[in-house]
Amino acid sequence: MTRLLASLRIALRALMVNKMRSALTMLGIIIGVSAVIAMIAVGSGAKKRIAEQIASMGSNLLIVMSGSSTSGGLRFGMGTVPTLTVDDAKAIQVEIPGVKYVAPNLGGVAQVVFGNQNWSTIVNGTTPEVLDIREWPLASGRSFTQQDVDGAGKVCLVGKTVAENLFGGIDPAGQIIRIKNVPFTVLGVLSSKGQSTWGQDQDDIIFVPLTTAQKRLFGMQFPGMVKQIAVQAREPELMKDVEGQINDLLRQRHHIQAAQENDFTVRNLTEVMSSAEQSANVMSLLLGAIASISLIVGGIGIMNIMLVSVTERTREIGIRIAVGAKGNDILLQFLIESLVLSLIGGIMGIGVGVVGTVVLAAFTQWPTLFSMQAILLAFIFSGSVGVFFGFYPARKASMLNPIEALRYE
Amino acid sequence: MDSLIQVHDLVKVYSLGEVEVQALRSVSLSVKRGEFVAIMGASGSGKSTFMNILGFLDRPTSGQYLLEGIDGQNLSMDELAEIRNRKIGFVFQGFNLLSRTSALENVELPLVYAGAPTHKRKETAQKALSEVGLKGREHHHPSQLSGGEQQRVAIARALVNQPSILLADEPTGNLDSKTSEEIMGIFQRLNRELGITIIMITHEPDIASFAKRNILFKDGRIVDDHPNSAPTAAAGAGGRK
Repeated sequence: MTRLLASLRIALRALMVNKMRSALTMLGIIIGVSAVIAMIAVGSGAKKRIAEQIASMGSNLLIVMSGSSTSGGLRFGMGTVPTLTVDDAKAIQVEIPGVKYVAPNLGGVAQVVFGNQNWSTIVNGTTPEVLDIREWPLASGRSFTQQDVDGAGKVCLVGKTVAENLFGGIDPAGQIIRIKNVPFTVLGVLSSKGQSTWGQDQDDIIFVPLTTAQKRLFGMQFPGMVKQIAVQAREPELMKDVEGQINDLLRQRHHIQAAQENDFTVRNLTEVMSSAEQSANVMSLLLGAIASISLIVGGIGIMNIMLVSVTERTREIGIRIAVGAKGNDILLQFLIESLVLSLIGGIMGIGVGVVGTVVLAAFTQWPTLFSMQAILLAFIFSGSVGVFFGFYPARKASMLNPIEALRYE
Repeated sequence: MDSLIQVHDLVKVYSLGEVEVQALRSVSLSVKRGEFVAIMGASGSGKSTFMNILGFLDRPTSGQYLLEGIDGQNLSMDELAEIRNRKIGFVFQGFNLLSRTSALENVELPLVYAGAPTHKRKETAQKALSEVGLKGREHHHPSQLSGGEQQRVAIARALVNQPSILLADEPTGNLDSKTSEEIMGIFQRLNRELGITIIMITHEPDIASFAKRNILFKDGRIVDDHPNSAPTAAAGAGGRK
């Protein structure tokens, strides 16, 4: 222990003697560590944003869309021909055990008027479950109920953007708005969800009861028509099963023969999103790898300086060996020197990295996220760089022949 | 008096590429505790090689060297380092002090490697420094000390671990004659009062005359070995009293 303390003091003194050189060597590590910290922060920030977007969309979400159709040799895209009904949604809810919530919807763009304000927005006719599926709490007021759906009540929920554009400072709850000239009572305001992954404003929306949308706003080409059915599975593991079961159920209900194509499509949105998450992972890994290279370059700087230092201090090493220093004493002395260099550089690099990231985030509006693990990792990494690149010069010093070392000029 | 150093048929051969240089050809010697020996010889006579072997800094090619009965031939580098640390004190021609390091810390150095606790190191080193007359100069750096003072720091460093033997390689080579005599005075006093065994290399007969026994090396062999019945008494050999 005494020897270790003594070695530490010797190392610190040696570093103090060449202040400029030590500082420049440290700079390499500072740059490396701060780059690692900043890149990990940017990478995990991007990952976090994607995770938030997935959560805002609703977890374990399947969307059933009315499918493509072929009419007179012309093939139409998905959703062009409505084939889904409210009964399909009910059947999915009742017959498939892995399903937690089902929310059919029928919607479109409509002009909305309040007083002398008007606004064009998406109006979605749906059931109250949609709020559960999308994990979307109300900011104020209350939601509509199943009774409102059954009775085609003229009530609605407005998104944040709509509320701001129509009502300004007024509390929307209890106000009457006109959607396609039909008066609706606003029951509540949805909390803000922000942009979706593809940049769409999710708060620019109005929810009305499904039946009201069918009867009053958008009409039906056949009874019970809906455009989409949102389905939430109970567990992420059940997604695949539920997807298959919906497929089978709807084929049966729509009387589709074995050779025929589906007239609907089931989309697993979580899957789409998780691929986005994966690419964010790859990106942060890549950023981290590039930053690590600069840390390794910093390590080579340490090795270089330590080799110079060993050569310069050959005589000192000779004296130490002559008066009884063992190989390990010399090895430890130089190893501690490079470790101190890299750890001080590491600590300063963490500071520079954190400050730099905050500044970068302020200028670019990029989401960033610091984690204790990342900082700890960078610190340990810088220490290992010090040991790794310090070992060779230290070993070289410990193997010096004392007679030659003492004669060295 | 028992035999401190026993050297028997010592041979050292250096191979410089193709050429083999015989630095020592069969050297036999015995030194008793309390002796003050001066080894003389022209450069290339093998005296420095002999000194390196005595100091366990080098190994003989063949033959036997025992220090207090210890044979270094089969010991590891680390074991030899421990012997150097505990039993041998070195004084070099070029002083070999650590620059930018105080006199006190230079003297402490062997104690650091002996693993002595800090307070004990300070105390022992201070005592060694006052032994060579440098009390009050503990915190001077080598660059602030004269050559004689630097060599005295080196002597204090050599003594601090209470070694069995003090090996001095041309200790006065870099000093003027007055300072040289001072250093010899210290050697004589250490030898007489503390009974420290000293082996000193020199090529100056004046300096050798301070020792109690003179040995002459020539071409890797001892050609003369006689006691010096009347060593020169250095001024100040009486020491500080």
